[in-house]
Amino acid sequence: MESSRPRELGTGLFVFLGFAALLFLATQTTDLDEYAGDEGYRVTARFEDVAGLKVRSQVTMSGVNIGRVESIKFDNDRLDAVVTLRINSQFNRIPDDSDASILTAGLLGSKYVGIGAGGADTYLAEGSELQITQSAVILEQLIGKFLFSKAEEGDSSASPAATE
Amino acid sequence: MTLFMQLQGSLLASMRKLGAVVLFLGEILAQCPAAFTRPRLISAQVHNAGVLSLVIIMTSAFFVGMVIGLQGYDSLARLRQEDILGAGVALTLIKELGPVVTALLFAGRAGTALASEIGLMRATDQLAAMEVMAIDPIRRIVAPRFVGGAISVPLLTAVFNAIGILGAWFIGVYIMGVDGGAFWSQMQEYVDPSDIGEGVSKSIVFGIAASLIAVYEGYNCAPTAEGVGMATTRTVVTTSIAVLILDYMITAFLI
Repeated sequence: MESSRPRELGTGLFVFLGFAALLFLATQTTDLDEYAGDEGYRVTARFEDVAGLKVRSQVTMSGVNIGRVESIKFDNDRLDAVVTLRINSQFNRIPDDSDASILTAGLLGSKYVGIGAGGADTYLAEGSELQITQSAVILEQLIGKFLFSKAEEGDSSASPAATE
Repeated sequence: MTLFMQLQGSLLASMRKLGAVVLFLGEILAQCPAAFTRPRLISAQVHNAGVLSLVIIMTSAFFVGMVIGLQGYDSLARLRQEDILGAGVALTLIKELGPVVTALLFAGRAGTALASEIGLMRATDQLAAMEVMAIDPIRRIVAPRFVGGAISVPLLTAVFNAIGILGAWFIGVYIMGVDGGAFWSQMQEYVDPSDIGEGVSKSIVFGIAASLIAVYEGYNCAPTAEGVGMATTRTVVTTSIAVLILDYMITAFLI
């Protein structure tokens, strides 16, 4: 009886460890939970189109990671996307007229928010809003525009020829 | 012609063995309710099969995770797609490598122990002695070991996956400098709860198969020293083949 105590403890710990590992897989590897981090300050930015931007995407300035996307919501009244950025508190001297744009890492890479420095003397703080924003560039729309303009060019060059 | 006869003979022999294993499973399952009335026997076997396999599982998992992280990083870096390393590693481990490698390691660590233990009981007439005392050896010896093994494998697989992902994280994020947020967020983006379900169902099937083959080989071994050795070898060989075949079949059904 005495000798089976450590064995029972070991078995109990093993079963516990197994289920803990399963819980880890279920919560950490799938998006069942929300990432909770509180360090830094939050600023918002409104975008017409955030296509492909994800919660926890990077926020960079001059290519250096300075924070994360905390939430992306749709504003039902102004019909645009409100993106909340959490910026690490050590980067506390970003001019408040800086601009935010949604960029792509490489041609097919993941989307991130790039912040371009402004020139104001006042700095971004908790709750500020970035006023100047540039939406995500959507490759399909770009190709569509290109094809359309090409076709127009073709039309305009073809019609004078027809009148001659 | 003789080759054909031999082939036919060995095919018939494997079919006979498959039938015997399945019938043996039926016998065990019939005794399982009785085995559950004595949970202490089962927990002792969970200890033997599971707890004692933990060290080899965790060590292997960490190195498997590290090597997938390294190879994955190397391949993805050529495409400038290092960010999806987390997703690739997690899917590889959860869906495929975790269940399979765990089952193979389990066969080597716990399956052989089960087979030789029961085989030695057979060789030293302990099983016959039990029958004389009107104790059903399947109920007393085989069923608890089978259930203990079948419980241990899914738990070991979960541990393997978790440790493997941490190993890949260590290499990818800590050593190679993949962005930590991208590692986890891409993983969460691409891993679906159904992928975890696929891995868990695989590990349950593998646990049943590995434990069944081990107790079958031990129970039916020739009652000699050589017979016990052969039963141990056959356990590893048969389990490995069975796991890999079952793996393909389950994948084809669930993918």
